[in-house]
Amino acid sequence: MNFEDKEFRGLLESIRYTYGYDFTDYAEASVRRRINHFMNFKKITALNELEGMILKDEKLFESFIQELSVTVTEMFRDPAFYKSLRENAIKRLATYPFIKVWIAGCATGEEVYSIAILLKEEGLLNRSVIYATDINQKSLQVAREAVYPVENMQSYTINYQKAGGTNSFSEYYKSKYNSVMFDKSLKQNIVFSPHNLAVDKSFNEFQLIICRNVLIYFNQQLQNKVIQLFHESLCPFGLLGLGNKESLLFSEKRMNFDEVDRKEKIFIKNS
Amino acid sequence: MLKTEQAYLAIVIGASAGGLYALSALLEKLPADFRLPLIVVQHRSKDHREILEEVLQSKCKVKVKQVDEKERIEDNCVYIAPPDYHLLIENDRTFSLSCDEYVRFSRPSIDVLFESAAMVYRNKLIGIILTGANNDGAAGIKTIDASGGLTIAQSPQEAQFPVMPEAAINTKGVKQIRSIAEIATFLVNIQDE
Repeated sequence: MNFEDKEFRGLLESIRYTYGYDFTDYAEASVRRRINHFMNFKKITALNELEGMILKDEKLFESFIQELSVTVTEMFRDPAFYKSLRENAIKRLATYPFIKVWIAGCATGEEVYSIAILLKEEGLLNRSVIYATDINQKSLQVAREAVYPVENMQSYTINYQKAGGTNSFSEYYKSKYNSVMFDKSLKQNIVFSPHNLAVDKSFNEFQLIICRNVLIYFNQQLQNKVIQLFHESLCPFGLLGLGNKESLLFSEKRMNFDEVDRKEKIFIKNS
Repeated sequence: MLKTEQAYLAIVIGASAGGLYALSALLEKLPADFRLPLIVVQHRSKDHREILEEVLQSKCKVKVKQVDEKERIEDNCVYIAPPDYHLLIENDRTFSLSCDEYVRFSRPSIDVLFESAAMVYRNKLIGIILTGANNDGAAGIKTIDASGGLTIAQSPQEAQFPVMPEAAINTKGVKQIRSIAEIATFLVNIQDE
């Protein structure tokens, strides 16, 4: 794991130059850990060896990028966040004839379906469009399919109930063998699309942006840039939901947001 | 006590089952001006966000706080890893958090903290494994040892759950096996050198 700084920066620069994926402003410790994991898995012992291989072999680079950008999540992770959304966001959202939601860094989709369920129960899903984006194509594919291991459902059901769910959670999916598939009606208004927060621009205007536990992977500079992007992409009085340990503290745009729920990290754009 | 050549810069501690008691016993012996930053991963339930910090603060004269993302590591502070996140240390001695998958069935994982701390602090790091019923931290202890840091395990005879210190000891990466009281005395002495 002890590769030299110069070599490490060099690898990230070559990746950016060759493939357009920019990890140079990611928080380094996690990236190093993941690269190390990939090297152990592929039995690669030196960083320059890895660099030579992924620059030559696009297939290998694909699997490398999967390893580097994959994130894990769960349905209704931090139920108190969803409860707060119900209590603090829904009324505002309901005032719009048409609601656009961006879930940035949607990973394998668990959060997307959580939001879809919440909007459905609040009677807003049929006039909402959820844009769910992630840098990782494989994760997006899993998200599109909406098939998850059945053994997760027990903890998701508990989360759902704590989040203020008003139905029986099992109504939203069908079990088959060891998997469950979430209901098609939830998917109707979801658009899945690749988007790279480090390099891509704003693509629409939203009433609600949710980006949870993504900023923690970025350094302060990139965090700042992404918050700018969210600010640009929100309508006036649009809402922003971040992860439990994330804040706008280091952002130049912090004065342009007010806190809706300090503890659950829900903010509203004030200017 | 022998003078060591190196001045230590940080202490990392890993604890699991039985850890609350062991950590309390250790932290309450530290003087208010204990200098070295103490960075702790205690396996914990994600349902209680701040209780661990409050309980430990009630026993400890040094300031105890849950780590915030990007926070700079300062002397004279006890940092606790937040529930449901891995805790890592960056080269510029700030903290970062990750939601990567569980390591050794744990998040936060002791191995993740120890391995990233070893990269940053190298031989200026002290790694301590306390009580626990799993083997998280064993790989981390080995890494700290290989990087020239000092490694300590709570004596399995004393530990409420000996599996974790035993797993660390079995890697042959542990330099000292001590009771909680001895660890506390050692830490207080070493910072006076």
